[in-house]
Amino acid sequence: MRILAVVLLLFLPALGACERESRRFSETPPTADPSQTVRLSPLEPGPTTRQDTLKSAYEDNAYATSQGKRLFTQFNCVGCHANGGGGMGPPLMDGAWLYGGEAENVFSSIAQGRPNGMPAFGGKVSSQQIWQLTAYVRALSGQLPKDVAPGRDDHMQRKSQEQQTDPAIPRDTRAKPAGQV
Amino acid sequence: MTAPVMAALQWVGSHSALEPLGPQAARIHGLWRFMWIVAAVVFVAVMAMLVHAAAHRRRGDGEAAKERTMRRAVGVATALTVVVLIVFLALDFGTGRALTMPPQEAVQIRVIGHQWWWDVRYPSPDPSEEVQTANEIHVPVGRPVVIRLESRDVNHSFWPPSLVGKRDLIPGEQSSIWFRADTPGVFRGQCAEFCGHQHAKMGFLVIADPPERYAEWMAAQRDSAHTPSDSSARRGQEVFLASSCVMCHAIKGTPAGSRVGPDLTHLASRRTIAAGTLPNTRGNLAGWIVDPQSIKPGTLMPSNNLSPDDLQALLSYLETLR
Repeated sequence: MRILAVVLLLFLPALGACERESRRFSETPPTADPSQTVRLSPLEPGPTTRQDTLKSAYEDNAYATSQGKRLFTQFNCVGCHANGGGGMGPPLMDGAWLYGGEAENVFSSIAQGRPNGMPAFGGKVSSQQIWQLTAYVRALSGQLPKDVAPGRDDHMQRKSQEQQTDPAIPRDTRAKPAGQV
Repeated sequence: MTAPVMAALQWVGSHSALEPLGPQAARIHGLWRFMWIVAAVVFVAVMAMLVHAAAHRRRGDGEAAKERTMRRAVGVATALTVVVLIVFLALDFGTGRALTMPPQEAVQIRVIGHQWWWDVRYPSPDPSEEVQTANEIHVPVGRPVVIRLESRDVNHSFWPPSLVGKRDLIPGEQSSIWFRADTPGVFRGQCAEFCGHQHAKMGFLVIADPPERYAEWMAAQRDSAHTPSDSSARRGQEVFLASSCVMCHAIKGTPAGSRVGPDLTHLASRRTIAAGTLPNTRGNLAGWIVDPQSIKPGTLMPSNNLSPDDLQALLSYLETLR
């Protein structure tokens, strides 16, 4: 009986690896787009509604996050946000989120654009690619499991941001009113 | 041969290391044939010895004399093997040397490997004269061509078997290979280093044209795309610039200038789409735009949810990009 348990335990990591490795190549656009339902503020009249997102399909998946990393450079997100450190745009690897750091918040920030310079990419970037970018952006601030976050860079770097061990800044992903960063 | 196979061959081109169509491939083929013949002779000889040994049983008498002849036979066979291997080594070295020495006065082409397509550029001292295309390398007949190879993501390998051998594309490194096509024609090439999900669908064409036709082609490629005259194609251009196409593709003469995907300035002049995956027809292009993930799963091109009218307009526009 104990031997059986040990054998089963040995197979346990394999189960985790399945979800991490599976590749999702296409998405049906209407169901994949949460930008119509996403809330920018935690305050809401009436009872709190649940939001359905595809978050887990992309955020537990190493392929999706590494594709997101690739797109982050190719679509020139690095032009304003650098490799997460920020520049003309806000940094993405700290704990401060002007418009919320949950997956659906990040998705709608990319899709709808935000004041003072963030362009609206909805319609120009497919929702599947926005999901991949969202997963990567959240990996930058260490919000994704480490086995999912991309582990290598094409350029020289001591240790990639999304693989850092101890986040120095406490993570608070709730949306905050403007001015209170 | 059946009609579909014949039709397919028209856009596939010749693709065999056993039918060399240039001096480099001919050298490789000559070396290969010599090695094959020697190996065949050795194989037959070894098999004959084996049969002989199996058929003739050892007898007890004259043991010492037999030992001596056998020792001599083994010595001769070992020496012959060494000689054959040294001859192979020398010939291999000679072939390799002849293939690597790049000639003067060659046409220079840059080929950049991506997952899973080939970016082809003809550099020029004047940047406005630089020509950029994809998955199709036009070369003049009878002139040596030096291809400078780079990769943007993982290792690939450049291999048009009818013209020359393989050369790897390695990220962060520059390698080069040269060849000469002696006959006009279409030669197929293929990525020969496993590079991911769609490695098999990473082909290209080398098109060898007589010098005048090559010059014509080059002049046409230097042109920018013109604003289309008919209304459907003009609407297609708007669709192109307003949808996700513009995020990755460039068309010279329009604001589209991204370098993530293939340059589409002269898309309609190319024979294939998706790196040699399909012939370039209106129907194939429509399927590729709407659902590339079912044709080439994993490609960076996303599926596009265009309305039928927009799609038809876009196709009309893409057909004007000659």
